[in-house]
Amino acid sequence: MITAITANDLLALLPLIALSAAAVIVMLAIGFRRNHRLTFVLTVAGILISLMTVPLASDVAPRLVTPLLLMDRYALVFIILAYASGLATVVLCWEYFHVRGGQAEELYLLILTALLGAGVLAAAHHFASFFLGLETLSVSLFALIAYPLRQAQALEAGIKYLVLSGVASAFLLFGMALVYAETGTMEFAVLGTMPGTFQSVIGTILIIVALGFKLSLVPFHLWTPDVYQGAPVPITALLATVSKGSVFVLLLRYGLESGVLRAPAVHVLLVLIAVVSMLVGNFLALRQNNVKRILAYSSIGHMGYLLVALIAADVIGGDLAAEALLVYLAAYFVMTLAAFGVVAVMSPADREAEELGDYTGLFWTHPWLATVFSVALLSLAGIPLTAGFIGKFYLFTTGGQASLWMLLGALIVGSGLGLYYYVRIVFQMAQAPAVLPAGPEARPVVAHLVLAVLLLLIVGLGVYPAPFIDLLHPELKASK
Amino acid sequence: MLAALILVLVVGGLIAWHADRYGGNAPRWIAVITLLLDGALLVPFFAGGLPDAGVWLDDVRWRWIPRFGIGFHLGLDGVSLLLIALTVFLGIMAVMASWTEIKDRVGLFHFNLLWTLAGVLGVFLALDLFLFFVFWEIMIVPMYFLIALWGHENRAYAAIKFFLFTQVSGLLMLLAIVVLVIIHQRNTGVYTFDYFDLLQTNLEVNTALWLMLGFFIAFTVKLPGIPFHTWLPDAHTQAPTGGSVILAGVMLKTGAYGLLRFVIPFFPEVIADFSPIAMGLGVAGILYGGMLAFAQPDMKRLVAYSSVSHMGFVLVGLFAWNAPALQGVVITLLAHGISSAALFVLAGAVQERIHTRDMNRMGGLWADVPRMAAIGLFFSIAALGMPGLGNFIGEFLVLLGAYRVDAAMTAAAALGLVIAPVYSLILIQRAFHGGPRERHRIHDFGARELSLMGLLIVAMVWIGLYPQSMLDVSEAWLKGSLRGWEETVALAPSQISTREGEP
Repeated sequence: MITAITANDLLALLPLIALSAAAVIVMLAIGFRRNHRLTFVLTVAGILISLMTVPLASDVAPRLVTPLLLMDRYALVFIILAYASGLATVVLCWEYFHVRGGQAEELYLLILTALLGAGVLAAAHHFASFFLGLETLSVSLFALIAYPLRQAQALEAGIKYLVLSGVASAFLLFGMALVYAETGTMEFAVLGTMPGTFQSVIGTILIIVALGFKLSLVPFHLWTPDVYQGAPVPITALLATVSKGSVFVLLLRYGLESGVLRAPAVHVLLVLIAVVSMLVGNFLALRQNNVKRILAYSSIGHMGYLLVALIAADVIGGDLAAEALLVYLAAYFVMTLAAFGVVAVMSPADREAEELGDYTGLFWTHPWLATVFSVALLSLAGIPLTAGFIGKFYLFTTGGQASLWMLLGALIVGSGLGLYYYVRIVFQMAQAPAVLPAGPEARPVVAHLVLAVLLLLIVGLGVYPAPFIDLLHPELKASK
Repeated sequence: MLAALILVLVVGGLIAWHADRYGGNAPRWIAVITLLLDGALLVPFFAGGLPDAGVWLDDVRWRWIPRFGIGFHLGLDGVSLLLIALTVFLGIMAVMASWTEIKDRVGLFHFNLLWTLAGVLGVFLALDLFLFFVFWEIMIVPMYFLIALWGHENRAYAAIKFFLFTQVSGLLMLLAIVVLVIIHQRNTGVYTFDYFDLLQTNLEVNTALWLMLGFFIAFTVKLPGIPFHTWLPDAHTQAPTGGSVILAGVMLKTGAYGLLRFVIPFFPEVIADFSPIAMGLGVAGILYGGMLAFAQPDMKRLVAYSSVSHMGFVLVGLFAWNAPALQGVVITLLAHGISSAALFVLAGAVQERIHTRDMNRMGGLWADVPRMAAIGLFFSIAALGMPGLGNFIGEFLVLLGAYRVDAAMTAAAALGLVIAPVYSLILIQRAFHGGPRERHRIHDFGARELSLMGLLIVAMVWIGLYPQSMLDVSEAWLKGSLRGWEETVALAPSQISTREGEP
């Protein structure tokens, strides 16, 4: 059934179209005149304009545009989150690459394409758009991670991510092929009406394995610390937030609409992965002394926590699960961006401030940065009055509704481990510094502004989340 | 009005933090004024007399997160009024005790102190379980900083241990709260975290047991009861004096408060079966804590373990749940708050002067510091339960009440009264009596410390001689909880049988 695309379809797609246009304009601008400032301004404007098109699209939502993309509230809320995170990343990149020199213009182009991939993933309703979105995102990330070409670490990280992503994509395609061979369809919603056969369950498991790589779930997590450490900090922030978030958003939609969560094998597999991720991720973070690696392992744990919402989705229905997922992702995005933002601002031009020792006495030398970092870390630990607590509260609610006691037990143990290493960093910052810094440093004003906004968001979401929750109301239909 | 109690401390803390630039004493005065202001806010509740009907003196309710029926609901009854008054009083004592001890980052210290107290007040006031949990967890964070920044030699370890114990047990409680709310929502169709709504939840016995354990562990960690007490000696010993005063005097009481406000009223079905275990833990705490206290060479550690012992009485009294026992619990909470605070101030003062807490290096201090030694003797005697002073009344009433429930257990608990003099007097003997083992040139209590100790002595004697004035305040609460209790206990068996009868 092929129908012509109408004006309303285009309106629904506007957030994606505007961002594509921005990418093209930035590319052309770089072609005509290589100027860091100009590229930066164009990118920021492009993302802002794309964000402004979201209300227009939400007027016509939910709308299925071709069988490929479903633009509904769920997708649009995530698109706002992803674009806003992209904006924060772009600002952090500006300061970070400005002091380092070199040609940073293509970086912005790649960030735009990565965001485009994330947006497509959030709206994907079909294996084709699923794969397209994922590859657009991943290919942009390969180049972004290895962007500082002259640094061995970044290059190594880029290659590592490239190879493992390639393997994951192969798994993904094979899984999709198996499912398609069995059912003859690639649409999520149609898949939900088909009975699961042995082959299609195997295919589904292969797809989950591939997504596990992207989400760095245990046992597919081995690339995470190295890539987090090797990539430039702002790109690590993008990788940790937008890339993982979009894959999760897709996973929930795919899982619910195609009904794969009901398959017992898939359920058991997901529970196992979740428990192991929560425990192993947090456990490995305990003895790290590198802040980027700590955050990498902690992200493994957080992805494990998030699986609670996914696993519960089958029992409690898509609406609450989607709400929990989006609230947690919003919290996770702001706190992760704030944490990496502090690392980026702290980094001098010749290296990155990634060792724990770099943060000794930060409360005395840079009280403002130390405050932002502490709040972000306490939020990651899930202390009340921060966004992270509201997220954790949602996970407890979804897990409790679905009676997932083992998962919640692992969540408590994981959080306990997590507290130790988060608070360890805070303690390090509170110690009296050995030497006081010689003089005032350059102040990257824009980055501090971003940090201030993120801090406000963390505290605001934690203290008074009601307006944000009212805005959400994502509706996600599970297959019957 | 009730929100103002918390808000005053929050704002005062912020001002104190920024008052650093006006000299070291500015934050101290601001902290004192803030606490006095808070105390003044309490006066109308004491002066206004007790309500003719109902238990609640005041009640505040605002919407907060309507999606889950979470409200900003504060309420004040007799027992919370007493505990809040204790909190504010000991807050002033903590500021006075830290006057010369804290020399760097004075503003930040008082900010953390006041915010801890704000969290504690929130715990005593919250009548929405979500709000309660928020206060419960949030009061830990400034306390963590008090220990981690101004603590003694082993502060990193002590601070993180304190934080982990309380937070992880707190998560168990969060899980229990959420499940309780979900069960309520399944029964009635509405999400609510409100205390009074959740009191009506019907629970199956098995579920109730698990939920009760979630709450019980969180509160027993804080109390602390055996076997969850191991964080306490470290935290108390490493904390600065002001921090120890707040920890021992006030924060431990939040655990007892949680038990009497939530655990016992929420789960009457299982308390009857569970109370021998809880009372057993209490007795174990009394005896084991007392024995450990005796063996400590470290002055603050000794006082810390004695807290474990005294809180054992609280646990025994709470789970006996009859009028004399509960009256005893209330008095014990107040009296122990004052006596342990005074002993920590004393230990802190000794450490400030001779730079050690090790009693093997003390001895013969009476000759140098007679006032200090005499006051120390007074509070040691108070702690061991001398009639006429507060602790005696509390522990005596607890034993009286508990005897009606379980005579054997009470007999064992009464042995605590034998151990208490042993560890209390050994403290005095080793520190102040005998020949001096090392030469110390130290000065006695000055005017500030004398007035601080004087206030504590007055409070102690008052509780000891006229406990009725406190019991009057908490009486309405006491009657209310016991009345509800008898009804539910009378109802419980029949409810169980009808439930079992249903398919």
